[in-house]
Amino acid sequence: MTAPLHETSAGEATATVDGAPDAPGTPDKSGSGGKAIEGRSPWKIAWTRLKRDKLALAGAFVVIFLILVAIFAPVIVGLLGHPPDEFHEDQIDPLFGTPIGSWGGINGDFLLGVEPVNGRDVFSRIVYGARISLLVAFLAAVFAVFLGTILGIIAGYFGGWIDAALSRVMDVMLAFPQLLFTIALVSVLPNELLGLDGSGVRIAALVLVIGFFGWPYVGRIVRGQTLSLRNREYVEAAQSLGAGRFYILRRELLPNLIAPITVYATLMIPTNILTEAALSFLGAGVKPPTASWGQMLSTAITTYESDPLFMVIPGLAIFITVLAFNLFGDGVRDALDPKGSR
Amino acid sequence: MLAYIIRRLFAVVVMLLVVTLVTLSIFFLIPKMTGSDPAAMFVGKQADPASIEAIRQKLGLGDPILVQFWHFVSGIFVGRDYTGGGDTIHCAAPCFGYSFRTEQDVSTMLADAFPVTLSMVIGAAVLWLLMGVTTGVVSALKRGTVIDRVAMITALAGVSLPIFFTAMLAMLVFRTQLGWVDASYVPITESFTGWFGGLLLPWVTLAFLYAAMYARLTRATMLEVLGEDYIRTARAKGLPESVVLGKHAMRSTMTPILTIFGMDLGALIGGAILTETAFSLHGLGGLAIKGVSERDLPLILAVTLITAACVVIANLVVDLLYAVIDPRVRLA
Repeated sequence: MTAPLHETSAGEATATVDGAPDAPGTPDKSGSGGKAIEGRSPWKIAWTRLKRDKLALAGAFVVIFLILVAIFAPVIVGLLGHPPDEFHEDQIDPLFGTPIGSWGGINGDFLLGVEPVNGRDVFSRIVYGARISLLVAFLAAVFAVFLGTILGIIAGYFGGWIDAALSRVMDVMLAFPQLLFTIALVSVLPNELLGLDGSGVRIAALVLVIGFFGWPYVGRIVRGQTLSLRNREYVEAAQSLGAGRFYILRRELLPNLIAPITVYATLMIPTNILTEAALSFLGAGVKPPTASWGQMLSTAITTYESDPLFMVIPGLAIFITVLAFNLFGDGVRDALDPKGSR
Repeated sequence: MLAYIIRRLFAVVVMLLVVTLVTLSIFFLIPKMTGSDPAAMFVGKQADPASIEAIRQKLGLGDPILVQFWHFVSGIFVGRDYTGGGDTIHCAAPCFGYSFRTEQDVSTMLADAFPVTLSMVIGAAVLWLLMGVTTGVVSALKRGTVIDRVAMITALAGVSLPIFFTAMLAMLVFRTQLGWVDASYVPITESFTGWFGGLLLPWVTLAFLYAAMYARLTRATMLEVLGEDYIRTARAKGLPESVVLGKHAMRSTMTPILTIFGMDLGALIGGAILTETAFSLHGLGGLAIKGVSERDLPLILAVTLITAACVVIANLVVDLLYAVIDPRVRLA
């Protein structure tokens, strides 16, 4: 939407129309100058477009940076911070429980200041918080896309009572109050389950619940696409050549669903990050002392009037992460959109 | 039309029964599977066996799940009695349960909380619909200009902000620093200005998030509609631009917006948990959080049911309105 794609050249625009998903590999004569005619797959076209979208690229760089931060969290904290669970009461005013230094106690030693009351290093907790945020969001998106694709394609392709049943299930799930349900579910989970410790149980629960509530959205899109694709000529052609149903699903339908699924998966990650943050904010996220951004914000709710930075920093962390994923996701969507007008 | 409404209402009832059963199962089956006692969980950590047994009898936690389900559902229509530990508590119809934590009918608690949520959501909805749709339409018409860019970047930032963070920022700036607004909710029946002032920040905060979503959606839909053949036809036959846009384009643009609006409104009225928590408002969302943190099963069950009911009824209303707005839609 914010992508500057209308600046693309005329040659690019023609190639775009030809490169719609159901006409892969259409040769593009206009753009290649004197060179031999070269086939361009829809993915190549999308990549060319994505490269021109500066906002999307900026988003992608931030995303990559955040992923690296999450992976190398122990190294980064070892170099620049203090252990995330270490208390630094010497940084705290014993009377008010707020950091002694101004600006939330930011100094050369504590890059983003200290937590009120116990003085834990905010920088370390933000860095470790990125791990939880990204891990949960990615895994939940993978789970939702996996379930949604399989069930959506089955509903769309087989139709009849299977479709009716699956569509009903999706309707019920979309009417389900997700946040309420999740916090209720998490509240009855035991501390240890199947060999996982407290935080492990919570992470697994978050991934499963966020993913489970996410699949109907993917399922509806995949179902709709499948419905419109299953009567296309090439599917008919495959049928008349004697291809089995499973073969058609896998080799004829699935490849044409990858573009919308990719777009949806990319845009699902920021939503999941927000959901994870919301659940942690409500106390249904990972358990303390494991750090998460939403949980930092919920701690800040009692102290933000005297120590605003401890609220602003995790808030900004969530905002920047979600914004970066959204910019990238919007770019991917515009790049893969066969109409390509926005 | 009537047959359609009846069939849809039937589906609504079935859906709500399923939601209730699933919620009940969570509190019954999960503790069972993991080897803890639901009754002990609801009583709390330092409970003696007698009070655990009393609560088990009162809540019927020893019964099979379908029996519990039946008690809950029939209670809504004919009321129910909680007997156990030597005394009986009567909960009159419509009985959504009895909270043993607060020793109150859940229906009373719901009735107290509902006006808070309703005031907050309706006020915000008016704001976000006006702001979001206007921004989206202007953006679509001025596509590619600076106005469009600024509006869309603001909207993207808006949908990327967690609402509880925006809420705290708003309170920090407008309440703590500038002192422009009051802190707490006052019922409209007591003081209109107090009610307005107390809800102003929640309205603006909630509306900002939703206006951002609606601006993005409106712009995308409007651009799609403007590319349709019938818009070209309308222009070609010489209709003034105001009629083309105001009548032909707006009508199709508003249809999907209305769907989303109905669903969002339903979901929020059912409990804007995050906004209510951040602003410490005691509406349905606040009630939900209270229920979960105190493990108050009857309360959780009732709030989940109400929330789901708001969503499905909103959906039904939207589908019926469709037929009014868009003559192409035939209800079958």
